[in-house]
Amino acid sequence: MLAVVGTVPIKDFPLISGDATLNDDCLIVEGHRITINRGTPALIAASIKTALSRGDDKIYALLVGDIGLGDGSRTLYRYLSENLPSYDFDVMAFHYLQPDSDWHNKVLFAVDEMKKRPFLIADAGFMYAAKMSGQSPEYDLFTPDAGELAFLADEEAPHPFYTRGFILHEDNNAPDLISRAYKYDNAAKYLLVKGKTDYIANKKGIISQVDNPSEEAMEAIGGTGDTLTGIVSALIASGMDIPDAAIMAAKVNRLAGHLAKPDPSTQIMSIVEKIPEALFEMAKR
Amino acid sequence: MGILKALREKISGPKKILKNDLGLFVFENTSEVIRAEKIIKKKGWKIRVMGPPPEIRRGCDLVIEFPLIEELNILRLLHDERLTPLEVVPVNSPLLKPVDLFQTKDFGRYLMIRAANMKLTLDKETLVIVNISGGGCPDVPFLAQEMVGKTIKDAPDPEDIGHTLCGYALKLAYEEMIKQCLQ
Repeated sequence: MLAVVGTVPIKDFPLISGDATLNDDCLIVEGHRITINRGTPALIAASIKTALSRGDDKIYALLVGDIGLGDGSRTLYRYLSENLPSYDFDVMAFHYLQPDSDWHNKVLFAVDEMKKRPFLIADAGFMYAAKMSGQSPEYDLFTPDAGELAFLADEEAPHPFYTRGFILHEDNNAPDLISRAYKYDNAAKYLLVKGKTDYIANKKGIISQVDNPSEEAMEAIGGTGDTLTGIVSALIASGMDIPDAAIMAAKVNRLAGHLAKPDPSTQIMSIVEKIPEALFEMAKR
Repeated sequence: MGILKALREKISGPKKILKNDLGLFVFENTSEVIRAEKIIKKKGWKIRVMGPPPEIRRGCDLVIEFPLIEELNILRLLHDERLTPLEVVPVNSPLLKPVDLFQTKDFGRYLMIRAANMKLTLDKETLVIVNISGGGCPDVPFLAQEMVGKTIKDAPDPEDIGHTLCGYALKLAYEEMIKQCLQ
């Protein structure tokens, strides 16, 4: 089973854990209705759409409210560090949490105590914390966008906000940034980089590139990285190996975006809705 | 500039602030830093928002670099505003410099501005913020929820409701957007 760990942008929203389902445009977890705008709810929605299309069923969600003050994130970090050893997940995707290297390390210790170590995927704030802690190689997959790849490549930056300019502006040089990230041990075992061209890579180099279909507007749409992470997480949980799942996810995310006929004002739910059709199209090829 | 002051500067040059003349205010969280920056700058003190040195770095941090000689005055001001730094420490090593470069992409009707890892997109015809993308801190979905769908004049300023480095980066993109579209 896939477990997704993250936050929702609602102050004082309690820590909840349970199976996640979709109802219209809302996510339902433990009776709570959560609007899918972007962020972790968009990741979970994309995971559910992917899992359902492949005949899988359950996505487990561990969520808490946090509007950026870090209070909710710390509550969730504490819960994970105390309770993860009693859970049994095949895949865990960590997402929007306030980056905090100390708490991150406590969670990683708790993962080590689980009976079976799950595949570990990190994106967004949790990926920042993993890199800052020097623990990136402990993860199976990171899913950065082009800007976050520059951050991983900058061995001195503790957050993308501090990525040095000479690195930040090398968008067209993803292969070099990927090798630089691996050189300083700041990448997971695999990278799925979202950008004008998506790259799937590991320490040995680029495994595959996906650049079709291409919709320029996707760069402006909030949540397209979240859907990519959601799709690849669900595919890995369905049993695909990481490189194949990453290639398939990149293609499906692009195709779903294309099918939504996007412009820069398109909202992420329009793309989430197209994931089943994109998966179906891919299966025919 | 007064004649005497100008003459003095011509002879001795403007006073240089040395690194050990500078101190850092460390706050509980980034939103306090953003508030403090606004308050201190309003009073005209020259401060900079910077990345903390490694020994006090936790993950999503900013600090305020200030002239040590003004410590008491600034602390008094902050105290009046009910803002108390966790620590005041001298600057001993080079600090991380926040991103100060912007990338602009024109989609025709829409304009996207990127600062660091944050992107803000505006409909140029209606001035409505249509999307916010990038970032990984938990206030990003919150900022998107509060700002998207509103005009840039009506939307809340990320400086007021953002709490993290991603929120701070969005504030920079927002200010640049105002500069490019409204000024």
